[in-house]
Amino acid sequence: MGNKFLVFIEQRDGEIKKSSLEVIKKGSDLAASQNADIEAVTIGDVVNNLENIGGYGISKVTHIHNSELSNFSVSAYSELLISFALEINADTILFANTAMGKDLAPPLAVKLNAGVVVDCISLDFKDGKLTAARPVYAGKAIVEVESNLDKSVYTLRPNVFTIGETSDAKAEVVIKNIDTLNLANKVVSVSKAEGKLDVAEADIIVSGGRGMKAAENFGMIEELADILGAATGASRAVVDAGWRPHSEQVGQTGKTVSPNLYIAVGISGAIQHLAGMQSSKYIVAINKDKDAPIFQVADYGIAGDAFEVLPALIEELKKD
Amino acid sequence: MKIVVCVNHVPDTATKISISSDQKTIDTTGVTYVLNPYDEIAIEEALKTKEAIGGEVIALSLGNDSNKESLRKALAMGADSAVLLKGNSSLDSIVTANALATEIISQDSKLVFMGKQSVDYDSSIMGQLVASLLDYNIVSNATSFSIDGDKIIAEREIEGGKESIETSLPAIVTAQKGLNEPRYASLKGIMTAKRKTIEEKDIEISESHVVVNIMKKPEEKAAGKIVGEDASAVPELVHLLKEEAKII
Repeated sequence: MGNKFLVFIEQRDGEIKKSSLEVIKKGSDLAASQNADIEAVTIGDVVNNLENIGGYGISKVTHIHNSELSNFSVSAYSELLISFALEINADTILFANTAMGKDLAPPLAVKLNAGVVVDCISLDFKDGKLTAARPVYAGKAIVEVESNLDKSVYTLRPNVFTIGETSDAKAEVVIKNIDTLNLANKVVSVSKAEGKLDVAEADIIVSGGRGMKAAENFGMIEELADILGAATGASRAVVDAGWRPHSEQVGQTGKTVSPNLYIAVGISGAIQHLAGMQSSKYIVAINKDKDAPIFQVADYGIAGDAFEVLPALIEELKKD
Repeated sequence: MKIVVCVNHVPDTATKISISSDQKTIDTTGVTYVLNPYDEIAIEEALKTKEAIGGEVIALSLGNDSNKESLRKALAMGADSAVLLKGNSSLDSIVTANALATEIISQDSKLVFMGKQSVDYDSSIMGQLVASLLDYNIVSNATSFSIDGDKIIAEREIEGGKESIETSLPAIVTAQKGLNEPRYASLKGIMTAKRKTIEEKDIEISESHVVVNIMKKPEEKAAGKIVGEDASAVPELVHLLKEEAKII
């Protein structure tokens, strides 16, 4: 293991996902530390700016192309990826831990008889063995694991591996046209929550809880999120109450997130919620109850009424 | 048609987790176990599908005797029968996937539901692994599901949106919140479930190839700073975010 790395680049609407850039950078650092080979592969119709991944440390990328592949098809993508990994004899394969990554890593692991470790928050060689850490119990515990098979597949949690410095080096792009596809399982359309960032991938999250008192008061949460270019999140209580969609739920039965900044407004900090967000780099809490558990994980807190603090915060940030 | 629904018995999400002395597993002392919340949604979808197209629903779990509690709950909600595969699950998801796949084949089931994630190890790839082992189609993170003959139309949640999927049987569907609203077990259901026997099978557990070196608690965050108690603290908060944290 660790002799030939392969990074899967996820594209949506022809654009490379930021989480894939993080994986490219991490993969190239790992490969460099072992003097190992690394290349990247993407699957799709048009994929923009592929050559730019050279700046993230990978000098060759294969674009498996067919116009039918613009949307995801787990059957087609996994078959193509399995043959490609075999063709180049990849033994360490990296994905971003996204809906697509988690659909592709398992078939690859099964068909290549590889170990699979998802949702890694660290991945490093220790005594010559690639060792991964991943949260379990929604982050209430962390396990450090190793695969003892010759091949392994890892998915890396978005927003954890920092990209750092890049260059303007260009990668060689090899186009591989495919004629026949297995479309037994096919995405026929994609609907996007218009203009909204997803909590799992956002750099900043503004989250509201029961302290917001009613669904209509989330306008303030959205306004603050807009100003900061943030995603909106929610606690389980307000999702259960139907005030916010489940896709926004942060916590053990929602999403586990690690943004640079997490602003919790009117959230007391139930253990399920804390588990899902305590790995955020900075946490700000605004809550009336100064004894609320959320303040135990917050870097900065205002123990005051959200309905006074939030408008003031919005005004203050608008000054810029 | 035989519909299998896989259920797991997991620590309640309100439980505090501490690490056992082997430093590889959690200390289960005083931990309350419940039916995995996502599996409840999977059971509901299996029952709704049976009500729509007929067939029977078989609840399946891998674990020890305590898993019977969650299997009982599945029976109380309306599952027709339950099978417990006796053996320890592993943090190597493929070990559990192998056991489930073998039983799904022996049940000759072409439609399998399970939660999109088990809130213990959180791997969220169990459905995908079982589907790969069996060469079944997979719909993961499903938020809507319908079946017409062999044809499946479903929606699944992805980052920032949803994908509409067309596929066909045989298939594995993993349930995300929003797929349905799980029913409560009726008193009659609970009474009937008590009388049903749970079939127990001793199985051979495959070897784990992903091994745990150590399990530990995440690093505790140092206590932060209460900047103030009302809106007058806002300028100071913004200043700290800009100058100290350099985050906005």
